[in-house]
Amino acid sequence: MPTDRLSAVLSAMADAGGDGSAALIDRVCLAAAELLSLTGAGLSLMVDGELRGTAGVSEPGIAFVQELQLSLGEGPCVDAWASGEPVLEPDLAATRVVRWPAFARGGVEVGVLAVFAFPLHLGTIRIGVLALYRDRPGALSADELAYGLVLADVATQVILGLQAGAAPDTVHQLLAKEPAHWAEVHQATGMISVQLGVSLDEGFVRMRAHAFAQERPLRVVASEVVAGRLRLEES
Amino acid sequence: MTREQRIVEMFVELADTMVEDFDVVEFLHRLAERSVQLLDCSEAGLLLADAAGALRVMASSSERSEALELLQAQNEEGPCFECYRRGTPVVSDDLALDAGRWPVFAPAAMQKGFRSVQAVPMRVRGETIGALNLFRTAAGRMAERDIPLSQGMADIAAIALLQERAVRETRGMVEQLQRALTGRVVIEQAKGVLSERARIGVDAAFARLRAHARDHNRRLSDVARELIDGRLDPAALADPARGAFSGR
Repeated sequence: MPTDRLSAVLSAMADAGGDGSAALIDRVCLAAAELLSLTGAGLSLMVDGELRGTAGVSEPGIAFVQELQLSLGEGPCVDAWASGEPVLEPDLAATRVVRWPAFARGGVEVGVLAVFAFPLHLGTIRIGVLALYRDRPGALSADELAYGLVLADVATQVILGLQAGAAPDTVHQLLAKEPAHWAEVHQATGMISVQLGVSLDEGFVRMRAHAFAQERPLRVVASEVVAGRLRLEES
Repeated sequence: MTREQRIVEMFVELADTMVEDFDVVEFLHRLAERSVQLLDCSEAGLLLADAAGALRVMASSSERSEALELLQAQNEEGPCFECYRRGTPVVSDDLALDAGRWPVFAPAAMQKGFRSVQAVPMRVRGETIGALNLFRTAAGRMAERDIPLSQGMADIAAIALLQERAVRETRGMVEQLQRALTGRVVIEQAKGVLSERARIGVDAAFARLRAHARDHNRRLSDVARELIDGRLDPAALADPARGAFSGR
């Protein structure tokens, strides 16, 4: 049974994009904007070990604020990526000189007055950053902060699912019924990465892909790996 | 040693740990182990709610998969689920009589040899953040004198969860808890890596990671991260059962 916050995120994603034509990653951003009354949300992904480009936005204008941080090499997204912790800036105009002078100037110029950046990760697996933008200053409430963390978790699962070759509509269904945080899933990720001589992220994606191909729950596949009954071979 | 002496010793040990830059996963594991030694129960586990409100396992007295499975299977029903939702202790004196209440959990627990359970809420400022789950192999109520002590253990666990690094970084509660859960994921991943490299079971891998952290006075999560990214050689993690690094 999905919890209340997870249900709200999944149903906002389903509603997002009207006719459902929006790409899945854009829909995570649209759901964030809807649930947390944001000006917009954007998602940047890791490419070759670095945070690069914009993989999803709630509306096209957000890409500029995302790209600005990456090109300047400073901003909440860059800090959230480097530290692996959420970076919450409720008043960009007030702190412009101190933290990110160049980004703050550019952000405030286009009307961004608050930024909340959440790292997308699964243990040591790092994927990217989800950033939430508002055109008014003010901190997130405790409930909004919890939503931000849930959105980041959903985005992480969506991206890993897509990397494993899942059809977008399947990913959405899986999130609703399959908790991804069973201990065996993380243990098996570590084991597979050694078996195949790959990184943990690739180990996870390979296991996820195997589960999709076999049409079996991820947790069952993971339990078999941990019990030594299943080894993933080099493909 | 009398029961009182053992309780005092435990509180001193736990309080000592919290003064240093402690690792919350290691701390909670120790607390779960002490729960089994001091309380009238044979397994103990700590579940923590994530930002979505789903219960996730933070620590358990034994890493045996049977006990873990029972803890993990409580996202829809079971004593911890009920305890978390209601914010009050939940007891089953006889699981055989509670199959109607928990149609999945009760038979599963009995099949693993448990007959009674107790779930105690972990609370912070009036909010329930998770639960301590105690399993007993006999039917019947836990000894009266153990009830306040079990609540005390749950309270210490809650304090520890919010205390870690809280002095240096002012963090919201939900963020702090999510951070603790991420720490647990990192340790699970490291257990998998070490288990495959050293050709040992995941529980043995966990014992080696903990022993290495303890013997070198390191944080468990740092040891886990270093093992994953290759800075720590798996061969450097000796088998604690063989008595290497037997300094303590």
